[in-house]
Amino acid sequence: MRSVAVHPNIAGLANPEALAAALSDAQYIASPELATASYLALALAKPLLLEGAPGVGKTEAAKALGGVLGRQVIRLQCYEGIDAAAALYEWNYPRQMLALRQLEGSEIDLYGADFLMERPLLSALRNPATTLLLIDEIDRADQEFEAFLLEFLSDFTISIPETGTERATRPPVVVLTSNRTRELHEALRRRCVYHWIDYPDPALEAQIVLTRASSVAQATAQAVVASVGLMRAEPLTKPPGVAETVEWAEAATLLNQQGATWPDAFRRAIGVAIKDQDDLAYLGPRLDQILPGEAA
Amino acid sequence: MTLRALDPFFALASALRQAGFHVSPDQTQGFIAAAGALGPRDIADVYRAALALFAIPPERRAEFDALFRAIFEGKVVEADATASKEDEAEALEPSDETKDIELEDGDEPQGAEATAAERLTTRKVVSTPAAALDQFMRAAPRRLPQRLSYRRNPYRHGDRIDLRRALKLAARSEGDLFTLPRNVRKHKQRRIVCLVDVSGSMKDRSDELLAFGHALVQAADKAEVFTLGTKLTRITRSLALIDRDAALLRVSQAVSDLDGGTRIGEALEAYLSVPRYAGFARGALVLVLSDGLERGDPALMVDAAARLSRLAWRMHWLTPLAADPDFQPETAALLGILPWLDDLGDGGTVPAICSHVLNIARAA
Repeated sequence: MRSVAVHPNIAGLANPEALAAALSDAQYIASPELATASYLALALAKPLLLEGAPGVGKTEAAKALGGVLGRQVIRLQCYEGIDAAAALYEWNYPRQMLALRQLEGSEIDLYGADFLMERPLLSALRNPATTLLLIDEIDRADQEFEAFLLEFLSDFTISIPETGTERATRPPVVVLTSNRTRELHEALRRRCVYHWIDYPDPALEAQIVLTRASSVAQATAQAVVASVGLMRAEPLTKPPGVAETVEWAEAATLLNQQGATWPDAFRRAIGVAIKDQDDLAYLGPRLDQILPGEAA
Repeated sequence: MTLRALDPFFALASALRQAGFHVSPDQTQGFIAAAGALGPRDIADVYRAALALFAIPPERRAEFDALFRAIFEGKVVEADATASKEDEAEALEPSDETKDIELEDGDEPQGAEATAAERLTTRKVVSTPAAALDQFMRAAPRRLPQRLSYRRNPYRHGDRIDLRRALKLAARSEGDLFTLPRNVRKHKQRRIVCLVDVSGSMKDRSDELLAFGHALVQAADKAEVFTLGTKLTRITRSLALIDRDAALLRVSQAVSDLDGGTRIGEALEAYLSVPRYAGFARGALVLVLSDGLERGDPALMVDAAARLSRLAWRMHWLTPLAADPDFQPETAALLGILPWLDDLGDGGTVPAICSHVLNIARAA
């Protein structure tokens, strides 16, 4: 096999474990699979596609990656009806209009750089060495935007009819996330390095809680993680994500410091973990068995 | 590493392709490069590289694991020269419109039973009283569900000021604007995929349902019609004939499994396994005209319905059983797919189906 030249994206990171260590310094605990997928995306200069249930830390992973690489994270939040003006660039028409009215006979370049407003894709394209492009919740955008994105991700060019084509000097670092509310197009998945982020296993999740919330005791973290695990096994509309676990542990610890006893502190803070009335009603009768019994 | 050592890598790619994963040559290339980038220090590196570069969705992980173990852990090594050649060829789509459902192996209990029920017949499809269908075709252009297009059209009462055009107008008149141009998002009709159950249990109705399929193909901008039975058959082309009787005659020649056995799950799986067909369902309205009486393993049907539903914009299941006001889904298959359906409606008569389809856009 040919030896692969070290891509500038991963300068200083010898292997996936080094990346995982750097991520953990940035307060993000990555599973070995996630670290490998991210490392490969950087080494092969391909976009990284992260899929997973809401709240497993997809966006956080991208932000942590940006931190580790020392890149500014440019986020494009997708929504139904997103269009080129929101994603690529837009001419500053009011300024152009004013300039046109003020020119009084002199000449002006109406399509000069002054009048062009960069949107996320264009600014990532122009600064591939210092930015990380995060395309968040791509499953929410329309099919047509997905098709357009496909074109962007394969050759990293944007053509502006008035001025010409802009090309990236090298492929920018791109992370896409999806909640999988719908299936993404095969062609898009094909171009990316893919990773399905699952709920972390209990040991890893406890570690995440301890890293993220410094006030929480180890016993509390383990109890909360065990309880959240039970909740995820139930058919809930919105099972608690990792963010909810961290916040629940933090909230219960806070209440405990103010004098609430242990199981009660968890019960009173349940609104941080379960955010759906139907789910609460469903869990209601068995809440005592699910709640962390004793902690700390 | 020599070319010989790369054989298992290609073998994995072609094995995945045979198992119905969509694998492109550049993904194989990426997989090899990825394994190289990682060392590879051990088999776990190769495994993770494969997982990431072939974009294996979580629900097919077990299937993938089995293939990976078979090839890389030496149980069955079938790397040969054809593997790499195959790799360069694009996956071919079946040139004929009929796709046989392959029973994968004999361990599925319903296999023998259903095969016994299979009866390949051709008979004439009779046209049904057409008033409801004519009305459907007249109303369809306005009332079939639409989606927003990516593009905008000039429109005087549009929701947004068209600044681009305004600037051009202003430049023409030295900076003054006399009218304010506006625009609006265009609308397009959503694609409709209609899957018609033509098995024996739907015998009384399949003629009417096919006639409805004909009206749909005629009236909609984008529609695809398939028949589900013991086989999956695409009949959109046959239904493109304007004359209804001629079109239905063609359908009866094309569909060889009219009134045969029921294997809805496998027919849906077959539908999803052809990338082009599965692509039709993406963002589309999927109508299944079937009683949902599955003789085979309900798990297969539920799994296929779930996958189809994730692809589709809306998935509506119209069953003749729902014509009864006291109808409650009871079979395991119908109960299983219920969470994946957007609606389980009345598919008993053509007028009921027509009015259901025309009202989808209103409800949505």
